[in-house]
Amino acid sequence: MLSIEHLTLQLPYYTSWWRRRWAEVLSDVSLELHPGEVHAVVGASGAGKSLLAHALLGLLPEPKHQTGRLTFQNRALTAARQRQLRGRELALIPQSLDALDPLVRSQRQVSWAASRAGHARSDAWQAAGQALTHYQLDERGRQAFPHELSGGMARRVLTAMAHVSHAQLIIADEPSVGLDPQQRNRVLDALAALALEGKSVLLITHDLRHALPIAQQVTLMNQGRCIETACASAFRGDGDTLATGYARALWQALPDNHFGVLTTTQAQNVA
Amino acid sequence: MQLIAITAARLLRLALVLVCVAVVSFSLIMLSPIDPIDAYLGPQMAQVSPEQRHLIAERWGFDEPPVVQFGHWLGQLLQGDLGVSHVYNQPVSEVIGQRFQRSIMLLGSAWLLTTLIGFALGVIAGAKEGSLLDRIISTYAYLTASTPAFWLAMLLLLLFSVYLGWTPVCCAGPTGTLSQDVSLATRLHHLVLPVATLALIGIANITLHSRARMLALMNSNIATHAFAQGASRWDIAWRHGIRHASLPALTLSLASLGELFGGSILIEQVFAYPGLGQATVAAGLRSDVPLLLGIALFTALFVSVGNLLADTLHAMIDPRLQKVTP
Repeated sequence: MLSIEHLTLQLPYYTSWWRRRWAEVLSDVSLELHPGEVHAVVGASGAGKSLLAHALLGLLPEPKHQTGRLTFQNRALTAARQRQLRGRELALIPQSLDALDPLVRSQRQVSWAASRAGHARSDAWQAAGQALTHYQLDERGRQAFPHELSGGMARRVLTAMAHVSHAQLIIADEPSVGLDPQQRNRVLDALAALALEGKSVLLITHDLRHALPIAQQVTLMNQGRCIETACASAFRGDGDTLATGYARALWQALPDNHFGVLTTTQAQNVA
Repeated sequence: MQLIAITAARLLRLALVLVCVAVVSFSLIMLSPIDPIDAYLGPQMAQVSPEQRHLIAERWGFDEPPVVQFGHWLGQLLQGDLGVSHVYNQPVSEVIGQRFQRSIMLLGSAWLLTTLIGFALGVIAGAKEGSLLDRIISTYAYLTASTPAFWLAMLLLLLFSVYLGWTPVCCAGPTGTLSQDVSLATRLHHLVLPVATLALIGIANITLHSRARMLALMNSNIATHAFAQGASRWDIAWRHGIRHASLPALTLSLASLGELFGGSILIEQVFAYPGLGQATVAAGLRSDVPLLLGIALFTALFVSVGNLLADTLHAMIDPRLQKVTP
């Protein structure tokens, strides 16, 4: 469905008033997404996960240097096509809860998302109500303002906004951050359900443990590079089938495994 | 029930503000060099002997301590008696009533124009930072924000009344005509230039504040998320922008009623428009104490009501400011 080949992204920064330099924030990133699949992108903060999401949707501000090929449903994903498909075929579940407009009730926000996705005016309101009901928001939750919602409820409103668009590719940016286990499972189950409908889900997270139960593929990122793409099933036991030392070290460092910490020199060798 | 409590609390606060204004303005008048007897007598001052002056002072209670005098004044005020203006030879409440009717035409239309146009320009400019429209609107706003109202009034007067002759030079109606004989069209004709001056100046403030809020919104996660949903810039400005930018615009426009009031004093002076502003100047220059105090109280009431409205409306638009009923 989506393939990213050798995506490199440079963003400008200024060392002084007039001297502009370019920082490489994504280098040579390649990955492949298939329909009906949850593909997790895991990395520490600053690894470039959110930038990857924004680059896929064409949301990054100019000026920027971007090279590499993006292909969506067998056609090149150019800036013009991104603009055309945003909200219709490509949807984003944003990382931050303040992406919800604090002055607008949740059902109205979802209905705006629906009408932006091409629903007719009369249809949008109904579709929004159905989407919110689907994510277990009752009448009170539908009529609530964002500050009246809990973190998990707000997250489900954001998911409903992506769901109502009927997009084929859903990019979820850290959807489980800051939620208690029960709420987190609800949000992750909702994403897994979207994949079961035949959509592709790109799950961006910093926590490998939360991604593994629902993901089929896992890509590890570090400092703007893809370290390794592996099957989710490779993360088991001692992680012997993992190709890179970084992935094995990350896997073994998890509390459920050995809690293994490498010494500084070993860590440098791995990276 | 809750609404009644809130309204009662607000009205109580309003009354407190008015009492404070009464105390402060009364003490300022007491401290001022105005001698009420001189002001009352006017040119006949020289014909009155010191004994007669003493009699007047005794009759009016000027020999009593200031606190007692204030008590007398406040007592009369509560009965609705603001005293008699010697400049206009009318009860103060009548003077204020008549003048305010004329001023409210000027102030009201200027205020409405300022708010609507200023807000619209701010939203348009802020929707796309650095666009041609934004640059034109910002330049206009910065220019007029630094222009004094009376200076612009004189320029407009020179251009439209003196050179072009399109608008009348002064007053609220043709000179020599009784005020009840003036038709509505003529009244409006006389209003055009003062209203235009006040609006042209006032727009800048509201535009710049709404624009700043729009810029913040356009760079926020809300806008990024809307862009990700496929919204266009104008879609975001229309759906999210109007709500967000109306908060500073409303607060500012209602709170600036006082400023507009101050501005109208200058404008009414330049255009010789017989409104409340001109009455204020006349009362000040000719030591008309009751009228001056009356206008001070009335202005305080007017401005406080404006702020009260701003508070209430702000809470209606921004749900985060409403009290939660558990």
